[in-house]
Amino acid sequence: MAQASYPAELLYHPEHDWARIDDTDPEHAILGITWYAQDALGEVVFFEAPDVGTTLTKDAPYTEVESVKAVSDVVAPLSGEVVEVNQTATENPGMINEDPYGEGWLVKVRLSDPSEREALLDAASYIATLAG
Amino acid sequence: MSSTAPPILRRTPLFERHQAAGAKLVEFAGWEMPVQYRGVREEHMAVREACGIFDVSHMGEIETSGPGSLALLQRLLSNDVAKIPTDGAQYSVLCREDGGVLDDLFTYRLDVDRYLTVTNASNHERDLAWFTAHAQEVPDVQVTDGIEDWAMLAVQGPQAREIVQAISDAPLPGRMSAATRRLGGVDVLVCGTGYTGENGVELLCAPADAPSLWDEIVRRGAMPAGLGARDTLRLEVCFHLYGNDLSVDRGPIEAGLGWCCKEDTGFIGSDAVRSAREATPAPPAEKLVAFVIDGPGIARQGNPVLGGGEVTSGTLSPCLRAGIGLAYVPVERAATGTRLEIDVRGKMRPAVVKDKPLYRKDS
Repeated sequence: MAQASYPAELLYHPEHDWARIDDTDPEHAILGITWYAQDALGEVVFFEAPDVGTTLTKDAPYTEVESVKAVSDVVAPLSGEVVEVNQTATENPGMINEDPYGEGWLVKVRLSDPSEREALLDAASYIATLAG
Repeated sequence: MSSTAPPILRRTPLFERHQAAGAKLVEFAGWEMPVQYRGVREEHMAVREACGIFDVSHMGEIETSGPGSLALLQRLLSNDVAKIPTDGAQYSVLCREDGGVLDDLFTYRLDVDRYLTVTNASNHERDLAWFTAHAQEVPDVQVTDGIEDWAMLAVQGPQAREIVQAISDAPLPGRMSAATRRLGGVDVLVCGTGYTGENGVELLCAPADAPSLWDEIVRRGAMPAGLGARDTLRLEVCFHLYGNDLSVDRGPIEAGLGWCCKEDTGFIGSDAVRSAREATPAPPAEKLVAFVIDGPGIARQGNPVLGGGEVTSGTLSPCLRAGIGLAYVPVERAATGTRLEIDVRGKMRPAVVKDKPLYRKDS
């Protein structure tokens, strides 16, 4: 994805992560990294998904993505337990660059405290943090 | 993020070209340099399969001239400088008395009593001070800082020579040779050297001439490539990077650079190098080896090796599609085929010691 994009339906964490929560299933969230994060990192060449069952703590790193040059921590925007991981992103990490909000998602979690979403940013507020 | 003011970074004469090409610019050894343009892997493969062009103007130059040149350089450089013919090139290391490596460098003999030595950006000031101090002990020699006089481009890849030849007034010098040519109307010192394992040339020219030379070579098909690809290319062929694989705490023998040390010339550090080579009283405890990760994962500089030693360079190899690197390990575990365990941020990654280079053209 060559152009910056921040879909309005997602929630954002200032450490450049997004969460997708479906209104019909507010106990679960799909997580990934933002366009800004993948652009700053460059081509992602390695992503090893955490194990199903891993506990995530909001604001703490839960996995890593690597470019040729650098390793970057991925911070959990919400707390919960991993219930599903994106094997496609593990097998083809370039997908995290090509489609960061779609095929390049990282994990699905069962939220331990769904009210934490209130602390996340909407797209406009997140974009404002990037201007700083 | 640091709260201190960012340092003032030096810029090469090609800085505006890098900006216009959309390069990602980073600080490197006090310079603002392009780490990548379109992507490290794409640039890497362009160099392996066609041609890439690198701005390496951050590298330093020291000119040594006068009748005492050979005597001084023979004292400073580990290789046998007397073996460099006029228009020749030679690789060597610069050692302290204890054999610790101050820098690794190429020296070009421009004339009978005129040599140009190319330094690593991070070491240039220290090297220059070392050259200047020791020049006091040798009669009839001048040491001059050339860093402001030269820009440097590396044109590398199977099509590199063809592209540069097309704008040259005479045949290009061969491998490990250097000669001045008119390229696109400007004087350029053309050197048959490089840091990628590919055929190609390195071009030294006046800073003011660098932009037009860059434009012409890019126009003829060379892909701009950044320091990111330069690092993956050199690591695939196991060329050392000073500050990673070489330091004052390591000698050339443990680094695998005994081939460019000729102790009989009496260079500074030759006694220490001879002792290490002859293992008197004891051989170096560790040796620099190349490894490939067996499975997923990418080891990085500083990752410990189980049982002793550490990774000094690590990356993902675009050609081998695996984590690769260089590591100092205990000599008894340095043999090809030895299995290692590398602690990559808490996860043990199996690796295998391999022959150098890790990548060969026909592999």
